[in-house]
Amino acid sequence: MKRIILLSIIPFIGSLGLLPFVDEVDQYVLGMPFIFFWVVLWTLLISGFLWLIYHLDPRNMEDADK
Amino acid sequence: MNSALIVILLFLLLSIFLGIKAKKGKQMDLDEWAVGGRGFGAFLIFILLAGEMNTTFTFLGGSGWSYDKGAPAAYMIVYLPLSVIMMYWIAPAIWKYAQSKQLVSQPDFFASKYNSPFLGVLVAIIGVIAMVPYLVLQLKGLGIIVSAASYGAISPSLAGIIGAAALTIYVMVSGIHGSAWTAVLKDFMIFFIVLFLGIYLPLHYYGGIQPMFESVEKMKPGFFHLPDKGLSLSWFISATLLSAIGGMVWPHLFNAIYSSESSRAIRKNTIMQPIYSLMLLFVFFVGFTAIGQVPGLTGPDTDFALLKLSIKTFDPWFVGLIGAAGLLTALVPGSMLLMATSTSISLNVYKVIVPSATGQQVTKVAKCLVPVIALVATYFTVNGGSTIVTLLLLGYGFIAQLLPALLFSFLKNNFVNKYGAVAGMIAGVAAVMYTTFNNSSFGTLFPSLPQFVKDLDIGIVALVLNTVVTVIVSVAAQGLKAKEAVKGKESLS
Repeated sequence: MKRIILLSIIPFIGSLGLLPFVDEVDQYVLGMPFIFFWVVLWTLLISGFLWLIYHLDPRNMEDADK
Repeated sequence: MNSALIVILLFLLLSIFLGIKAKKGKQMDLDEWAVGGRGFGAFLIFILLAGEMNTTFTFLGGSGWSYDKGAPAAYMIVYLPLSVIMMYWIAPAIWKYAQSKQLVSQPDFFASKYNSPFLGVLVAIIGVIAMVPYLVLQLKGLGIIVSAASYGAISPSLAGIIGAAALTIYVMVSGIHGSAWTAVLKDFMIFFIVLFLGIYLPLHYYGGIQPMFESVEKMKPGFFHLPDKGLSLSWFISATLLSAIGGMVWPHLFNAIYSSESSRAIRKNTIMQPIYSLMLLFVFFVGFTAIGQVPGLTGPDTDFALLKLSIKTFDPWFVGLIGAAGLLTALVPGSMLLMATSTSISLNVYKVIVPSATGQQVTKVAKCLVPVIALVATYFTVNGGSTIVTLLLLGYGFIAQLLPALLFSFLKNNFVNKYGAVAGMIAGVAAVMYTTFNNSSFGTLFPSLPQFVKDLDIGIVALVLNTVVTVIVSVAAQGLKAKEAVKGKESLS
């Protein structure tokens, strides 16, 4: 349970917490200004995190879900 | 009538047809009308939830804001995924509780959790207040689409009125079943059209996405960095958090959650949801391309950026197809909003005031309210002058005020009582209303605060105030009760 709570918090720190540094970067990545690349990257990562969370969450193992 | 308008009209008729067809053979009591008899599987829930989030705002507001603001628009991509993470934790809990108590609307949830019908009434009213700007935004979108597709023959106001009428008929006929199937059609269309426009337009005008960005940066230096003041870093973070929170507590979202068949289905759905917000990226590409191609749009007119650029680039029939996709993005969430609002007022305001009302009467009142609410929203659509994104942020600011009471209600030993919940919500909503109607921001109210505090989104400031009031009043009310109990004991002995 602790692991998946941590996995739920990391995206907030990554996408928003690091923004002050992200906004300083002038580099284009994948044809986009860095801030757009950053939010796209985190959108994909969050999907991955949710996949991990779903599979690590013991509540999703139970057959009866009522 | 040009071919663009004909295509749009055909799609409108098709969506009404789908609505009527979906309804066939089903007894339309309130449960069936509003939560689909609680039998929607993973696929439909996914579509419905996604539909809630992919609205006109995505299509027109997204391109309008990127056209006008640049880097700050990026907040729209990241708030939804963050909202989905919170949903992973909270939505199944809401579902479980709703299932055990057979709840139909969002105010039911609060009334039941805090054992206070009055709180239910208050939540219903806040929900309605928050949904009105959101509904206005959909109608505004409809108006913009129809007006642009008529190449100016129909004014946006008249188009908004037509849109409201279409929406009303649609909801009255089919309820949630219509929404679900039109949502399927809508998602396919919007996906392909946005993808196509986002790639084709920069390629057509600039030879690629990076050249497009570089050319915009030359025209507007610093456009792809956050400004130091106004829509600054602290605005970005607070607006993202507020929208992520607000995105979780929309009344119509509760309806979608209730209609799921299991809590695991809800959790599983969250995995793919974030991907949906990537569609915005392509919408932004369109908005940025428009900067050099249809220059000079300002204020509410920036919402026209995508359609103006499309008209400049494509034949009318294709503009019609784009318009039809836009129509569906307004129709699906708009119908969900209208339905949730009317169910809410009928069940949680009318039924509480008139406890003797039968289920049939409540259903009837709910259906009769649909045109009334549509009329109110039409009034604001015709008379308001805000951009789509401003309206959206306002709606989020209101609805997010339900969050503290919602979260506290899941605590094992919840110390927050109905008094605290009521006081907190009223304080939060009042703060948002006050600043909106006075056209002020946190910064203009307290000019001596440091810049990063001044730029905070007002919804977040109100949310903090709300939480503080909720806690203080709860503790005070508890203390008062305890004192009275002690007094009562003393007078007995």
